[in-house]
Amino acid sequence: MAEHKVIDARGSFCPGPLMELIAGMKLSQVGDELEVLSTDKGSANDIPEWIHKVGHDFLGAREEAGVWHITVRKAK
Amino acid sequence: MKILIVGGGMGGTILANNLARRLASELKSGKARITMLSASERHFYQPGLLYLAFGRVTPDELYRDQASLLEPGIGFFVDPVETFLLDENQVKTKSGRTFDYDILAIATGSRPVPELIPGLVENSETFYTEESALKMFKRLRAFEGGRVVIAVGVPHKCPMAPLEITFMLHDYFKDRGILDKVKLHYTYPIGRVHSLENVAKWAAPEMTRLGITYETLFNIKEVDGKAKVVRSEEGTEAAFDLLVSIPAHRGMEVIEKNKLGAGGFIPTHRHQLNMEGRKNVFVLGDTTNLPISKAGSTAHFEAEALGENIAAMVKLGAPVRDYDGKVFCFIEAGKDRATYAMFDYQNPPDPKPPTKAIHWFKMAYNKLYWTSARGLL
Repeated sequence: MAEHKVIDARGSFCPGPLMELIAGMKLSQVGDELEVLSTDKGSANDIPEWIHKVGHDFLGAREEAGVWHITVRKAK
Repeated sequence: MKILIVGGGMGGTILANNLARRLASELKSGKARITMLSASERHFYQPGLLYLAFGRVTPDELYRDQASLLEPGIGFFVDPVETFLLDENQVKTKSGRTFDYDILAIATGSRPVPELIPGLVENSETFYTEESALKMFKRLRAFEGGRVVIAVGVPHKCPMAPLEITFMLHDYFKDRGILDKVKLHYTYPIGRVHSLENVAKWAAPEMTRLGITYETLFNIKEVDGKAKVVRSEEGTEAAFDLLVSIPAHRGMEVIEKNKLGAGGFIPTHRHQLNMEGRKNVFVLGDTTNLPISKAGSTAHFEAEALGENIAAMVKLGAPVRDYDGKVFCFIEAGKDRATYAMFDYQNPPDPKPPTKAIHWFKMAYNKLYWTSARGLL
């Protein structure tokens, strides 16, 4: 059964939100949703870029009180 | 108050010694007790492996007897934990003993897992264990030229290592007089050459200056030893004569087996460092799932915060401070120059141009480390 996981990468300069997502993907199953919390506005661009390049699903991004919530689904 | 520390690496050792000093009178009176359980009788200085791969240190320089690093009054047992019984405030060890605790600190570290990538173990050199660093040293000595590719797994211990090994390889081949026969190609998992934007802004032009090519958004998928190519999740590939890998890491198996955290990384409060849902269980170093560097300095700064807090719990009944996400990493930029990055949850790093002075400070710290482990520096 698919899970919804939250990756709290707020304040992460190193390894950073995208690297945290890549690590999270490795521990997830196909169909799992991963929601990345990031205080780096660059995540709203670089996470979708990587997701599209690798072939996972980008489900959306929104900003709430200075925190970006970027949700993706592991597709393969 | 029984304080049990599981793990005798950098984080566990600094924490134990920090606590022993803060609680000296309580240890003497019997009001507090500190016990450490470790899988090894020896303490290993892991950052030294980078230098071992180039023959600049020897293995014996990287070890000390663990007992010799610990303050008097700390009970030390080489008896790794096999079962965590957190609801009973107990752990069970390999020898069959049961240890009770009031406060538990878990600092079991992480381990490279190159075997998770097809072909990586057989077809690459790395330096994350003594055995692999020695093998890499011999391979480098015999290498006469060709295309050298650096490939990086996620997550990995020591976030500066990909850059350091690349710049050090450049100088190594230059010193051997074969740089004109070597083509260095650096790959990295995200869209710039390092996680830290300011470090990437320095490193990318430095690579260009040195004739090192680079490719970003490259996550290792598999290595084809016959074709001598490493393929990425992103659909690209890089041909190599020598592949140097920074392998992905996971937490220790005992953490996964006890279902304390996915991948062996325990969900941890970013400021108080307690395991989520447990007020008397703390986590530090590589064992946490925190979004910060898996590095010795992280364990060091976490251990100092935890030492102050656990001592305050004994003396005052409550912790007194937050861990602020502080990390300090040296960055070797070649054989004889270095810079550093210091940052926390709120403040990004601002690395300065590399100097010989910082390199020699790093060389000195490699020796001074043993005073850090003792909680003196």
